[in-house]
Amino acid sequence: MNQDIIADIKKDHVEKLLDAGKRVDGRGFDEYRNISVEVGINERAEGSALVTLGRTKVMVGVKLSVGMPFPDMPDSGVLTTNAELIPLASPSFERGPPDEDTVELARVVDRAIRESGCIELEKLCIEEGELVWIVFIDLHPLDYDGNLFDACTLGAIAALKNTYMPKLEDGKVDYKTRTEEKLPVRDTPVEVTYCKIGRHIVLDPCLEEEEVLDARLTVGYNEKGEIVAMQKGGSGTFTKEEIVDIVRKGREKAEFLRQHIPG
Amino acid sequence: MKAGEPEEFIVDGRRLDGRRVDELRPLKIEAGVLKRADGSAYVEWGGNKVLAACYGPKEIHPRHEANPKRAVLRTYYSMAPFSVYERKRPGPDRRSMEISKVTRQALESVVFTHLYPMTAIDVFIEILQAQAGTRCAGITAASVALADAGIPMRDLVPACAAGKVGGHIVLDLFDIEDNYGEADLPVAIVPRTGEVCLMQMDGNLTQEEFEQAFELAIKGCMQVYEKQKEALKKVYEKRSEE
Repeated sequence: MNQDIIADIKKDHVEKLLDAGKRVDGRGFDEYRNISVEVGINERAEGSALVTLGRTKVMVGVKLSVGMPFPDMPDSGVLTTNAELIPLASPSFERGPPDEDTVELARVVDRAIRESGCIELEKLCIEEGELVWIVFIDLHPLDYDGNLFDACTLGAIAALKNTYMPKLEDGKVDYKTRTEEKLPVRDTPVEVTYCKIGRHIVLDPCLEEEEVLDARLTVGYNEKGEIVAMQKGGSGTFTKEEIVDIVRKGREKAEFLRQHIPG
Repeated sequence: MKAGEPEEFIVDGRRLDGRRVDELRPLKIEAGVLKRADGSAYVEWGGNKVLAACYGPKEIHPRHEANPKRAVLRTYYSMAPFSVYERKRPGPDRRSMEISKVTRQALESVVFTHLYPMTAIDVFIEILQAQAGTRCAGITAASVALADAGIPMRDLVPACAAGKVGGHIVLDLFDIEDNYGEADLPVAIVPRTGEVCLMQMDGNLTQEEFEQAFELAIKGCMQVYEKQKEALKKVYEKRSEE
């Protein structure tokens, strides 16, 4: 009950500020928070990245292993994306099996990575029908202050572009010996999230905004600016015009995000 | 090219199943098909066969989930093990969890949940047979089931996908087009206002293609909407006769 009343008061506050042209953290409506992306920050992972987006902090690890291909794709590597919302990162995260928010996060990040075809999975076949590389992307938020979609996708692609193949011997992976060979990656998809609060549309919602948003739209773009993934969230709605406008202006923001990826 | 991929998706203006690019698969909606549910609907949409049932408003369990300001809407999308070519393991998986979530959010935008505080409204969607586009068929059925249960709503929610196959923008992909096509864009709308309450996309579209597909999907939703209304009218006529 109390939580609910507080939420209403918060929403009122955030919305009134927006009516006056201001955001809770003083940003412009079309402005990202400060972004930093570091890669190669974990020595045990074949690829890794640490993304900070304002006060949101996400670690992404890429691990490689070998295994059977899918029967319908016998000469293709396998991509698996997983997210874990550990209670360390927020009082609202709980222990236990993944809930629908966790699953949605993993699937929406996966969508941009997979549909852009950025990983050259066809080059990850070791023996057709028998043995292929399996790429595990693990999304690991450490401090949750809103907009995990953009932060995790950015972290995932940054980590993938800095992933080195481990040594393979007699079909077994020697994780202690890393080769100079990089995971073949040919595109740089990123995701851009806008949210709608009342009648306002703002980029990169921080936690306070995310808690009160009516609707959210995440759009994934490849390097060419083509749309590769979309996901609407929240119990509110968008007009057709709002969606078309978000998809158009998000493209520029995608390019901006991409500039933060090292290497 | 993937194994089994057709060389052409459109020949002489016709798709592999004989439809034109802007044509829906045959759609049949029936309301009030289940005895025990408070409201229900059955949808046959091409090769999709979907049942939806609505229970509520009712007492909520577990009680700590109760909301003092509104009813809690819970949606469950589930696929029968025999609904697909390769048997699906029973129970929720990651895909059905995501679909349940976006379905709930789409329906929350129209249901007057504030009228029933401290209660639950449950909607169960069961995919009995699948031929691509099951989430749209599920939402379409679910909103008819809600209306059939007499739950106050500001509108029905029709859903329909558009996509891209073999370079063409087409309406309502069926399984071959979904498997080998280049993009899929499921959309659900609130027809009276034109608001969009569900929007997902995977694949690859340019801005122009996206706008074209989006427009086409909305047109598809409007056709679905007519069928939803017909189904409800029919069940009320039948009930008034009885």
